[in-house]
Amino acid sequence: MALLEVRDLKTAFKTDDGIVQAVDGLSFTVEKGRTVAIVGESGCGKSVTCLSIMGLNPRQNTVTSGEAIFKDRDLLKLRPEEMRRVRGNEISMIFQDPMTSLNPVHTIGRQLREAVTLHESVGKQAAHRRALEMVKAVGIPRAETRLDDYPHQFSGGMRQRVMIAMALINNPDLLIADEPTTALDVTTQAQILNLMNQLQRDFGSAIILITHDLGVVAETADDVLVMYAAEAIEQGGYGDIFYRPRHPYTWGLLSSLPRLAQGTELKPIPGAPPSLLRPPPGCRFHLRCPYAFDRCRTDVPPLQPAPDKPDHLDACHLDEAAKQRGAEEILGRITVGTP
Amino acid sequence: MAEELLRVENLEKHFPITRGVIFQKEIGRVRAVDGVSFTVEKGETLGVVGESGCGKSTMARCIMRLLDPTGGKVIFNGQDITTIKGNDLMKVRRELMMVFQDPYASLNARKRVGSIIGEALEVHKIGTPKENRARVQELLDVVGLNPEHYNRFPHEFSGGQRQRIGVARALAIRPKLIVCDEPVSALDVSVQAQILNLLKQLQRDFDLTYVFIAHDLDVVRHISDNVAVMYLGKIVETAPGAALYERPRHPYTGALLSAVPIPNPDVARARKPVVLEGDVPSPINPPSACRFHTRCPRFQPGHCDVEEPRLESKDGGNRAACHYPLESWPLADLRLPADRVTAGT
Repeated sequence: MALLEVRDLKTAFKTDDGIVQAVDGLSFTVEKGRTVAIVGESGCGKSVTCLSIMGLNPRQNTVTSGEAIFKDRDLLKLRPEEMRRVRGNEISMIFQDPMTSLNPVHTIGRQLREAVTLHESVGKQAAHRRALEMVKAVGIPRAETRLDDYPHQFSGGMRQRVMIAMALINNPDLLIADEPTTALDVTTQAQILNLMNQLQRDFGSAIILITHDLGVVAETADDVLVMYAAEAIEQGGYGDIFYRPRHPYTWGLLSSLPRLAQGTELKPIPGAPPSLLRPPPGCRFHLRCPYAFDRCRTDVPPLQPAPDKPDHLDACHLDEAAKQRGAEEILGRITVGTP
Repeated sequence: MAEELLRVENLEKHFPITRGVIFQKEIGRVRAVDGVSFTVEKGETLGVVGESGCGKSTMARCIMRLLDPTGGKVIFNGQDITTIKGNDLMKVRRELMMVFQDPYASLNARKRVGSIIGEALEVHKIGTPKENRARVQELLDVVGLNPEHYNRFPHEFSGGQRQRIGVARALAIRPKLIVCDEPVSALDVSVQAQILNLLKQLQRDFDLTYVFIAHDLDVVRHISDNVAVMYLGKIVETAPGAALYERPRHPYTGALLSAVPIPNPDVARARKPVVLEGDVPSPINPPSACRFHTRCPRFQPGHCDVEEPRLESKDGGNRAACHYPLESWPLADLRLPADRVTAGT
């Protein structure tokens, strides 16, 4: 049975300009010990999806519907105090910006101990031991003395390690990482991704990884969900997305990568994502899609499985032959083509 | 041979750290840029890569004379511009422009797009207001924006569009050299690709020379003719683009390259990245001799921490500052093979 099953998740924000449908009917499952990556451009609803699951959206002016079944409970229907017991204990979250997500006026030791004592009735000593153990596990040198340091005394990479230690201190079943390496340099990013992979092996947690970097997805994900303008437009295993992509938006993302387009011209996706206040009718991608035809402008394409692969879904009106041709054309041009 | 447009010789920028209010005493200095030399030929792109804090942006600002270098020379178009002032500097500034990283912070939110782009024309007293308006509208068209958006404010544009405005502003006075400081790091991949294509096309159309600073190695490879890798205020390796990526010599370049995530799952999962330990040391008190020796998998005590390696060509290829350059590439392990250890020299 899946650890987390999200069904038809919808989140809308009421704003002065109207209703912004930030997540519009998202369904996916996260299995124990696996990594699900959510990819998409900024503003496509990746972060809001996770905040909705965690119940962290502002209570006012937010309307959330659907289901998020985690261990036989619907997280969206839990009372706030019940949700507080889940958060940081069974599900924890790493945020993008390690500079702003730690409290600057408390030592990191105190912040780590707080994470333990909030969820378990243990003494200060025991909490301290756990904190020390975790800080060592994430590879912070001189752990004993550094627990008494404040966040500003750590570098960006070390702060992100502290965040990971805090997220894992209660052995969560599910870790939600919202762009955990975006603010970091490549060498630090490699350290952090390595660390997350290793901790996943050791603790068996499932991970939801939000990122816009397809390189990071290729390195770490088992399953991939590609989002565009609040909707899932393609989802499947990592091999499906990289070697058998079926949606023109995924093609566009792949051909925008300088790494893959070596020696050839980059083929960017023209234009910019639409406003979620007034999304275009029909397929939301049709304004930027070079393959769009009449039907795309009026009918919303349903998310459907590929004929030969029931767990590879895409939402596009193109017929099977056109999808094959498009994928072949893209993969022939970029160097990812050979699996 | 192509004409040399920019020559930087032994450029240094040290920021003093002072203590005391009235009698300020210097108690140390941040060696942000510490002896950097390179040349850029007309019409080419020099890519500069390195981690945050390695001095890339400080170097860019010194070239632009937004900061005054504390040592070394910047020679632009045959003229030493390191210490010029007043009218002379004003003249040089007509030929040097910059594109900044953050398209949200680098455009004045209270000014209309037309006056943002046209400001340099006004400052340098080029053309009449009417001519300038036409020029700005032409520029908007050149960078792929609607010329009718002349009177809009920056907040009405998306990130990618704002960066196009930043590029249009840099083009306004027809500069010879544009320094791009992380121009695409804040953008999504699809938009990033649009801006990269635009920069390449403008280079062809207007015969521009770029110094292109970025931390993304793939982006730099795509756009650059030559690449320089910086570490703690120094260039550790420099080479023509492809040569650097296909056959790096400096262990730091090797480590950087192997840390870049590859957007191809099978390749990415088959390889074992070399993970560097620790963080970049502080530029206030940089490590002795080779600055990379504290993190280098090939560190030889008694040599690397005593004698500073010179930036020189390694067996006819890339210029690298290393006593023990990499033998081949790709390497499964960056460590020095046992038979090459000559410890204690």
